[in-house]
Amino acid sequence: MTVETKLALSAQEVRSFSQNNNEPAAFADFRVAALEKAAELALPKPDKTNITKWNFTEFPVHTVESAKFASLEELPEEVKAIIDIEGQENLYIQRNNTPAFIKVSEELTSKGVIFTDIETAIRDHAELVEKYFMTTAVKVDEHKLAAYHAALVNGGVFVYVPRNVIIDEPLQVVFLNDNEEASLFNHVLVVAEESSAVTYVETYVSTVEEAKGQANIIAEVIVKDNAQVTFGAVDVLAKGYTTYVNRRAHLTRDAKIDWALGLMNDSDTIAENITHLVGDGSAADTKTVVVGRGTQKQNFTTEVRHWGKNSDGQILTHGVMKEAAQSIFNGIGKIEHGATKANAEQESRVLMLSEKARGDANPILLIDEDDVTAGHAASVGRVDPTQLYYLMSRGISKAEAERLVIHGFLAPVVTNLPIEGVKKQLTEVIERKVR
Amino acid sequence: MATLEIKDLHVEIDGKEILKGVNLTINTNEVHAIMGPNGTGKSTLASAIMGHPKYEVTQGEVLLDGENVLEMEVDERAKAGLFLAMQYPSEISGVTNADFLRSAINARREEGDEISLMKFIRELDKTMDFLEMPEEMGQRYLNEGFSGGEKKRNEILQLMMIKPTFAILDEIDSGLDIDALKIVSKGINEMRGEGFGCLMITHYQRLLNYITPDHVHVMMQGRVVKSGGSELAQRLEAEGYEWIKKELGIEDETVGQEA
Repeated sequence: MTVETKLALSAQEVRSFSQNNNEPAAFADFRVAALEKAAELALPKPDKTNITKWNFTEFPVHTVESAKFASLEELPEEVKAIIDIEGQENLYIQRNNTPAFIKVSEELTSKGVIFTDIETAIRDHAELVEKYFMTTAVKVDEHKLAAYHAALVNGGVFVYVPRNVIIDEPLQVVFLNDNEEASLFNHVLVVAEESSAVTYVETYVSTVEEAKGQANIIAEVIVKDNAQVTFGAVDVLAKGYTTYVNRRAHLTRDAKIDWALGLMNDSDTIAENITHLVGDGSAADTKTVVVGRGTQKQNFTTEVRHWGKNSDGQILTHGVMKEAAQSIFNGIGKIEHGATKANAEQESRVLMLSEKARGDANPILLIDEDDVTAGHAASVGRVDPTQLYYLMSRGISKAEAERLVIHGFLAPVVTNLPIEGVKKQLTEVIERKVR
Repeated sequence: MATLEIKDLHVEIDGKEILKGVNLTINTNEVHAIMGPNGTGKSTLASAIMGHPKYEVTQGEVLLDGENVLEMEVDERAKAGLFLAMQYPSEISGVTNADFLRSAINARREEGDEISLMKFIRELDKTMDFLEMPEEMGQRYLNEGFSGGEKKRNEILQLMMIKPTFAILDEIDSGLDIDALKIVSKGINEMRGEGFGCLMITHYQRLLNYITPDHVHVMMQGRVVKSGGSELAQRLEAEGYEWIKKELGIEDETVGQEA
């Protein structure tokens, strides 16, 4: 028996939203079909967290109109801090649901690189979008939240890197949330063609005290043969959101992806990050750090799935839980039959800063092939008193010693973020949250 | 002149008494060596003075210029002038050696009077050079993946950068090859002087070939049972500990045994 969920928008409303954006008719049909599926499909089932009572569908309004930024000078300080205003050549800023600023270098445009907001891409690059949009990495009918996302997409970015094009400077994206009514159905689609290379860094910044909407975010990264993608993200969404964030990559032969994810939301959050190593010799390095506080409930699933021979998957997840925050960390290394010589390694560590905090590291290895290597390490505990003693024996106060240990514990992502401002911002967010 | 006085110190770990009344006075401009077989309480003494959370002081005092350090938090003891080079230094991931050292130095200074970055780097470079440490060790995470010898050298680097009044060196020589031992000794000898006193804990006389102590003490059964000059170390080297045991009527020198 399927339970019909009442959704916030009707098929007619979705269709007219699509028409108002001048989307191709095919995309309007795609949205409406997805909406129908969303009504019937079940929610995803993150391991060890029951989300059946979470509200993923209601919101005050589907889209809000926000003013664009005529120049970077107009940016709020929170955003200015993470951008190198003079040096950052390729930059997209979205304000709530409005593409508010875009800058793309001549050089990239001349090489055929596409870096634009998702609405423009749906209109102007319909063929590419149709080919990759929820067809390869994430499927539209996977579950209710994927289908709902497809129906209601109202923001995001499209990045297309042609064959053999190497982009040296990172592409930077900032999703600014400064309207408490805003819901974010952002879709990020990155396609790196054969032997290309790109670094993409996105930041979610909420400047509102408390949000009222939904954040249903999907990022799809298609990494073709021998291409390399570095994907950095720092999420700092306000409490009040119900956040579902799904970042997924699909890699073919000899492709490589490095993830550096700083998941610092203050909202209840279901985050999944799955990399499909489909091609032989493909590799994923996944680093995630998390800080939970207040009465937040979160579930983080990091999975690397090996299909290709000689594929290599590395998962590192470090979480800090304070106050009465609760988090589940699922680390999954899955090796399919035939993926000989695959290597799946993972490390999940959770630091608990209070009696009431809950953290659960749940390492899972699923192996359907004999000739592979795999390993995992997991721990949940408090700050090691011997480490504190050592630091304090040099005159460092207990509070500062704890701060050093915690920052050190979360350093794997900070040091791997390729944009200085974003690195600094993550450090400051950590500072603020663990204080 | 500063004085570190250990008076009738009794220490327990997990309810078992390890130190049973240690008395010892160390002045600046003096180097003391504590020797003794394994399991006699030497390292416990070092840890108890610094304030390791696992050790419980049940009786006695440790006075630094008359002030009882046992009433201080670990960081306050350090700021008062104590330093312990640990036998097993902790590894702290994600914190670079250089950042850590700067925090440690600044912790001793008033807010607004922090060491300038340039001055810090100059001193760090100079000291690392002196200890023949490659420059990259400053940017490595604190002790993480360091070899035994690198860790010990790193303890001496901290000693030289922090410049405490009294240093306790807990088996700084164990596990060191001869080249590393020479360098570590060179660092300690460099520190010797008017404003510095040192208590070295070791069970190998070899260290004392490189650092000549002014005073030598022997610990057995959780007490200092014999004290003397550097000639005592030489006699121990030549004859071992048996003669002391015989002299004092001790059968088993380890803690937990009574004479």
